[in-house]
Amino acid sequence: MNFFIATLLTPLLGGILLGLLRNPKRAAKLNILISATTFTFSILLALQVLGQESLTTLNGWFYLDAYNVFLVALTAFVGMTTTIFSKPYMQHELEIGRVNERRMRLYHSMYQLFQFGMLLGFTTNNIGVLWVSLELATLATVLLVSLYRTPASIAAAWKYFILCGMGIALALFGTVLVFFTSSVVLGHSNDALMWTQLFAHASELDPTVMSIAFCFLMVGYGTKVGLVPMHAWLPDAHGEGPTPVSAVLSGLLLNLALYALVRCKMLVDGSTNTDMAGHIMMGFGMVSLLVAAMSLHKQSDIKRMFSFSSIEHMALITFAFGIGTPLAAFAALLHMTVHSLIKSGIFFTVGHAAQVMGTQKMAEIRGLIYHHPGIGWGLLIGTAAIAGFPPFGVFMSEFLLFTATLESYPWLAAPLLLGLLIAMGGLFRFVQPMVYGETAEYAKSVHVNMTPVYIHFGLALLLGLSIPGFLSTWYHQAATLIVGGGA
Amino acid sequence: MSIAFSQQVINGLAALTLLISFALLAQHRMLSVLHWFAAQGILLAITAAVVAYSTGEHELYISAIMTFLLKGLLLPWMLWRAIRKLHVHREVEPLMNNGMTVVIAVGVTLFSFHIIAPIEVLSDLMTRNSMAIAMACVLLSMLMMITRKKAITQVIGFLAVENSLFFAAIGATNGMPLVVEIGIAFDVLIAALIFGLFFFHINNTFDSMEIDTMNASLIHKDDDE
Repeated sequence: MNFFIATLLTPLLGGILLGLLRNPKRAAKLNILISATTFTFSILLALQVLGQESLTTLNGWFYLDAYNVFLVALTAFVGMTTTIFSKPYMQHELEIGRVNERRMRLYHSMYQLFQFGMLLGFTTNNIGVLWVSLELATLATVLLVSLYRTPASIAAAWKYFILCGMGIALALFGTVLVFFTSSVVLGHSNDALMWTQLFAHASELDPTVMSIAFCFLMVGYGTKVGLVPMHAWLPDAHGEGPTPVSAVLSGLLLNLALYALVRCKMLVDGSTNTDMAGHIMMGFGMVSLLVAAMSLHKQSDIKRMFSFSSIEHMALITFAFGIGTPLAAFAALLHMTVHSLIKSGIFFTVGHAAQVMGTQKMAEIRGLIYHHPGIGWGLLIGTAAIAGFPPFGVFMSEFLLFTATLESYPWLAAPLLLGLLIAMGGLFRFVQPMVYGETAEYAKSVHVNMTPVYIHFGLALLLGLSIPGFLSTWYHQAATLIVGGGA
Repeated sequence: MSIAFSQQVINGLAALTLLISFALLAQHRMLSVLHWFAAQGILLAITAAVVAYSTGEHELYISAIMTFLLKGLLLPWMLWRAIRKLHVHREVEPLMNNGMTVVIAVGVTLFSFHIIAPIEVLSDLMTRNSMAIAMACVLLSMLMMITRKKAITQVIGFLAVENSLFFAAIGATNGMPLVVEIGIAFDVLIAALIFGLFFFHINNTFDSMEIDTMNASLIHKDDDE
């Protein structure tokens, strides 16, 4: 049985099915079931790849190696837990009238379509198809961000649409440029867009064209990663959309864009044999880190605050990939995993907190730990984890990243540490009063499901204490791949 | 001889595409913007057909037909309908500092040629020209997006970027593989449908198609406290 097809078809067919289903309660259950099925298939797929270094199927159209297989599993996993969280959350939103039944249908259908776009993007071997799937995932989330139809959500979705549309158009131009030079080497056919073929012939590609192409790809995919100064869409989209959407945007979509960017970097490195691409990424990463850390302090909306934290972490990962040593790449991969887990967990918690208090304004959220201990502890643990406290995984990856920076670019260690500290200060400055502040009387009782949050934090803790053998093997393989230029 | 002739035709079409990008930038009546956009779509289809004929790539004929139907007819028609329904077809959009915009546009074009000029390996002058023009068109369409203040003209700018990218693909690389081409066309179509949906939401919610009115709702969020 081909698990590729199963993994991809499940969300696609599921999305169509959910578009037809009228009953929102049943749709929510089916949504969980579909995502669980996708996750099961992705695990089977991962087990299949585990035995071998890479896997190419369907005439080379799909390709899995150590780098993307764990991202596929991660995407399917977070996709599944988000549906579990989304069931009571969206049910509540329906009850208080923020959405109606027709929009719930749109929500469920687009959610699965988004999953399909994500998984297609990770598994495809073709850089053109990767672009198409990223655009597909973006379009699906545009509709999700505007789900509440409030003025702010429509404005946010429009901004998201236009800015990312513009960014991703630049990435397409970069892709055309890659094809421009690769079609000379590999012939005018699909081969010239295949990762496997491109990596094998990377040294024959024209370095000038590839350098120009990388600039376009960097700005294009960088917009989707949320790097400064192309980040303006991100806080709005995260802040105004439904919380499950913020969770998958932050935890998954940013990863796909970064994945695309890093693959391109591997290709460009193989062609130019310089550190040009890495240095550009380091520059963007460092600036984004500092700007995001400082912007975090100025926020008043809880979801926007945590979306700046997402920018900060994406910046760290970009920076780490930019350094380009095996250790830094290892740290980046680990960080990608733990950030996805913790950040989506935090958004689940934040969603519940906002429902309980009836607002997203941090100034009005108080005393969570007294009236809703589960949410309060969740927020506190999540913040500690994302801020990089031991023993969570983020501490591990940030420590590795710091070591890698000291090894290669010691003078950058100071601003790196500064950025991390500013961001940590910002997080606790806001979270502490929300958790311990004076108890508010207007807290509502809402059906809360904290299980997915604990699963996520538990996994992040596990990754911080000891990385399972198969995962570290994968990370090592992937790090070697990324540093060695693919082939 | 025939190849040289078709190359000349392609070069001429490239020049026209660049001209339309300038024209789009300078128009201030909603309907004329739309007309130029439709002309650009049809021109693209012709370019694709000419390239298909001169290279013998049959896949490109499909692209040409697809482009003609989608970008020459369907998209302009959808936009026209939206403009009619929203009663903005007579609207005049004040352009900020038109002279300055054109000077910037000329600079952008020169910049594109400057960037592409060093690429000497493996390509002849013609494709290099096409690439430079395509890049200039992409940047000019983006310039259009940032100088416009209305949702509809912004969208036309967005679609003009897509057009320029398609031009880059056919002019410089004889077209991307068909699978990718279809995928992109599909995405553009969905994007257009979503745009259509948004026009009405924006109009209903804000009673205007001005971007600034819309962004104000986000800015005020921060000042609330």
